Amino acid sequence: MAARANLSNWPVLRQASGSDRLGRGAAVKSGVSERLQPRTATADKVVDSVCPYCAVGCGQKLYVKDDKVVQIEGDPASPVSRGRLCPKGSATLQLVSNPSRVTKVRYRRPHGTEWEDLDLETAMEMITDRVIKTRRDNWEWEKDGKRTRRTMAIASLGGATLDNEENYLMKKLYTAMGAVQIENQARI
Amino acid sequence: MAECHPVGFQWVMEAKARGATLIHVDPRFTRTSAMADIHVPIRAGTDIAFLGALVNHVLLNELDFREYVVAYTNAASIVGEDFKDTEELGGVFSGFDPDTGKYDSSSWQYEGVTEAAAAGQRDPSLPGTPGSDEDLESGAAESGSDSAGSEHEAHEAGRSETAGSGGPTVGSKPPRDETLQHPRCVYQILKRHYARYTPEMVERVCGISQAQFAQVADVLTRNSGPDRTAAFCYAVGWTQHSVGVQNIRTAAILQALLGNMGRPGGGIMALRGHASIQGSTDIPTLYNLLPGYIPMPHAAHHEDLDSFVAADAGSTGYWGNMRDYAVSLLKSYWGDAATADNDFCFDYLPRLTGDHSTYPTVLGQIEGSVKGYFLVGENPAVGSSNGKLQRLGLANLDWLVVRDFNLIESATFWKDAPEIATGELVTEDIGTEVFFLPAAAHTEKSGSFTNTQRMLQWHHKAVEPPGDCRSDLEFYYDLGKRMRASLAGSTDELDRPLLDLTWDYPEHGPTDEPSAEAVLREINGVGPDGAALSSYTELKDDGSTACGCWIYCGVYADETNQAARRKPGQEQSWVAPEWGWAWPANRRILYNRASADPDGKPWSERKAYVWWDAEQGKWTGHDVPDFVVDRPPDYEPPEGATGPDAIGGRDPFVMQTDGKAWLFAPVGLADGPMPTHYEPPESPVSNSMYEQQNNPAREPIERPENPLNPTGSPVFPYVFTSYRLTEHHTAGGMSRSLPYLAELQPEMFCEVSPRLAQQRGLINGGWATIVTERTAIEARVLVTERVRSLRIGDRMLEQVGLPYHWGGNGLTTGDSTNDLVNLTLDPNVHIQGKVGTCDVQPGRRPVGPALIAYVERYRQRAAEAAATPSGTEGSHA
Repeated sequence: MAARANLSNWPVLRQASGSDRLGRGAAVKSGVSERLQPRTATADKVVDSVCPYCAVGCGQKLYVKDDKVVQIEGDPASPVSRGRLCPKGSATLQLVSNPSRVTKVRYRRPHGTEWEDLDLETAMEMITDRVIKTRRDNWEWEKDGKRTRRTMAIASLGGATLDNEENYLMKKLYTAMGAVQIENQARI
Repeated sequence: MAECHPVGFQWVMEAKARGATLIHVDPRFTRTSAMADIHVPIRAGTDIAFLGALVNHVLLNELDFREYVVAYTNAASIVGEDFKDTEELGGVFSGFDPDTGKYDSSSWQYEGVTEAAAAGQRDPSLPGTPGSDEDLESGAAESGSDSAGSEHEAHEAGRSETAGSGGPTVGSKPPRDETLQHPRCVYQILKRHYARYTPEMVERVCGISQAQFAQVADVLTRNSGPDRTAAFCYAVGWTQHSVGVQNIRTAAILQALLGNMGRPGGGIMALRGHASIQGSTDIPTLYNLLPGYIPMPHAAHHEDLDSFVAADAGSTGYWGNMRDYAVSLLKSYWGDAATADNDFCFDYLPRLTGDHSTYPTVLGQIEGSVKGYFLVGENPAVGSSNGKLQRLGLANLDWLVVRDFNLIESATFWKDAPEIATGELVTEDIGTEVFFLPAAAHTEKSGSFTNTQRMLQWHHKAVEPPGDCRSDLEFYYDLGKRMRASLAGSTDELDRPLLDLTWDYPEHGPTDEPSAEAVLREINGVGPDGAALSSYTELKDDGSTACGCWIYCGVYADETNQAARRKPGQEQSWVAPEWGWAWPANRRILYNRASADPDGKPWSERKAYVWWDAEQGKWTGHDVPDFVVDRPPDYEPPEGATGPDAIGGRDPFVMQTDGKAWLFAPVGLADGPMPTHYEPPESPVSNSMYEQQNNPAREPIERPENPLNPTGSPVFPYVFTSYRLTEHHTAGGMSRSLPYLAELQPEMFCEVSPRLAQQRGLINGGWATIVTERTAIEARVLVTERVRSLRIGDRMLEQVGLPYHWGGNGLTTGDSTNDLVNLTLDPNVHIQGKVGTCDVQPGRRPVGPALIAYVERYRQRAAEAAATPSGTEGSHA
């Protein structure tokens, strides 16, 4: 019985007897490749997303297993992209799971020659102190006799790669602290 | 488009499969050219000469869509007698002051408008008005005497760009001649202005043959009209010029003449390069705007809420309700603290006093006034023009916060900037304290992107961010909480805006991140009962509504995240209205009332989109009508009507005070009412079309680090232009560290023609050094016929193509093209250019201090050549 099964699995026989007469598909599939599964098939969940690169806004599907993103593919349902992704969009998995990605705070002290470690809580406290002090030391109530209520010592660049909600909080906080030199890629 | 937005390009290919003719105008032959029916190589920086000649072709042969033009544009409006065209003044318009380099636009006004724009009008000449660089309207009276001064302030304050949604105000309706024969009607003025934009001139200026120009003109005009539409797409390369705004204006004039606006298959599509760059303009991280294109107040003119909204109070169209939008925003920021008695905390807003955009900010860093800097997903050391100025600015800060995925060049400049190698900077001397905070990726946070067609799409969080990585939402929320905690109890007036701020969002997850949906709901706005609003028409100026961005009102209608809708495209109409949500009001094509004729009927069955249903008494169609839904086509607004009530039934451009598309801009632009060809600040030739060499109103940045190559210098005989590659992303922060992408485009290169390679002895695969007066960079050589030698007048001209993605960090490294690009700004929006002149030499550039000496020798040679009359052509004008 086993011998007969093996014989019927002989690629030449499969090619001669099956529908794949040119030997480019099923006829030449090995047992190993037969058992292969796409990473997407074993995912615990699939999450709807959008490509983070350009502004076309192609739909992405994130395949998650064991709390890790294991594959990112185009979303066929998207009327924008119909499942397609460009080279950058197709490489998104490497963007988010890149071993070179820096995941720890880095700190360079004034005049320092190397990066240093710093824990996130300390960094946040230090940044908060810097912002409060710089703002207070460089506050401007008036310019040329006109009320300005601002600081010209704190500036920011960025936002075009961020979410709308992030831009909203940025502008709201900067405006409340009196910073006006807030810019992003739209002017560059 | 096939290079920069390949997936979007599939729709161009669909159109082609249905018979569309595809024309590609680009200095280089690219993947787009390979698919195009016609590739038109053009000299970089001459777009207005080319597009202006198409305008001339349309007018000369009366190929305009006459019924559309008369009804929907300002072609019939009559301009005042004071206006003088470039034809009469050697290439400048009336109102130019050579001492200040700025225009007073009062002479560009319509007849009968005695003053430029009235107080009480949303006029760009009044800082604080959401005026537009896009379109203009009939006359508003301005406080005339100081109109020029305030107008300059307006442009400095970026006011003329605040028209992401509508144009500046003009008041009274101008006289019209619908036969278009009056010598001072816009149509005739346009015709005279563009008469010199002939096919011969296109050949001489752009290097495009007359035969090819004729082919393009024929295809374009044959595919425009009641039954057909043509579209323009640009991957923002049009904007990066000293005439950036006017490049787009020329296309807008052409599309309005051909009747290609507000109709399916028409329009002008800006294909933008960052996932939410549209969103970051709508909900701006920009100095001159508040959310929804409400301007930032200006110190000189906006001392209180009344004066702030006065510019709009009397205007017609939807901007007439500006007070509703502004008060609702203030309520959204300051909640219960904002009351009618305290002007809704208007005074909490910081004021502008001029141009505070990114390049002046960098100069402020170098001069020492800007001390702290946040970089959030942005890498100016590589991505901004004149990289040396950027890095000198970074090196002179007190502190710098960088939020990104990797250690980008803007984070590591203190140890490896090119200026360290040359000795211009020394690590130990740089006092900048640098905090690098790793950012969460889009897979690690929820939120919305607004794509290039104004559509919001929600992405859902899939996993927690690793290590110290946090979303920017969480970072800013946390920073705000810490500042407020630190300042709690302060009685200092300067801390009130922070302490009164509404800053309380639900938190969740292991890091207590704020809820992005709660923020989106605040952006959408809530009514008196606290329920989510569904339309900006519900907003009130009495403090009963709060709305974080009026044009986004409706994205959370019915307490539902409309941006997260994902009904498959296959299961709905071709407009796909149930996928995501487009502002405003989920409209997919703006100004779509123009898709119907003045009587409200589709121009043709083939191009039917939105039309008037007389039986039901409302507008209907495939999209959400961009019009007052029950306003019949024959509606005539009563005398003195304001706001939306003043929109006539035949005025499709509802954000404009006159409801018309502007062929001629009587107000709103810093550099002329009609686009005019000027040479780029650095050009190998003098201007063939006018005495005036450059845009007279351009904004030069005069710094020792920013010298310009002399016009026509034999030392810098070539033109270079920067561009993007499919496989990399702008300044490389999101692409140069990815193995796949680094492998696909492994090295910085320059594209040159075989003729240039022969002239300079360049070898394919070898090295070349590209030199300007700023600096020199090196690149691998790609010799290819994709870069065409152009005949410009009696000489052959070579262009060099330079991708701008590289820097010193990542898996693939190389010199930065932006180190070569000079800083000269467009006067309307303060954007820099991308074109310059250069020399190219075989081999690698010198390293260390030798590089400075090398560039210095070029500067000396250029100065000597400029002093010698022969061999140079033209001069700086």
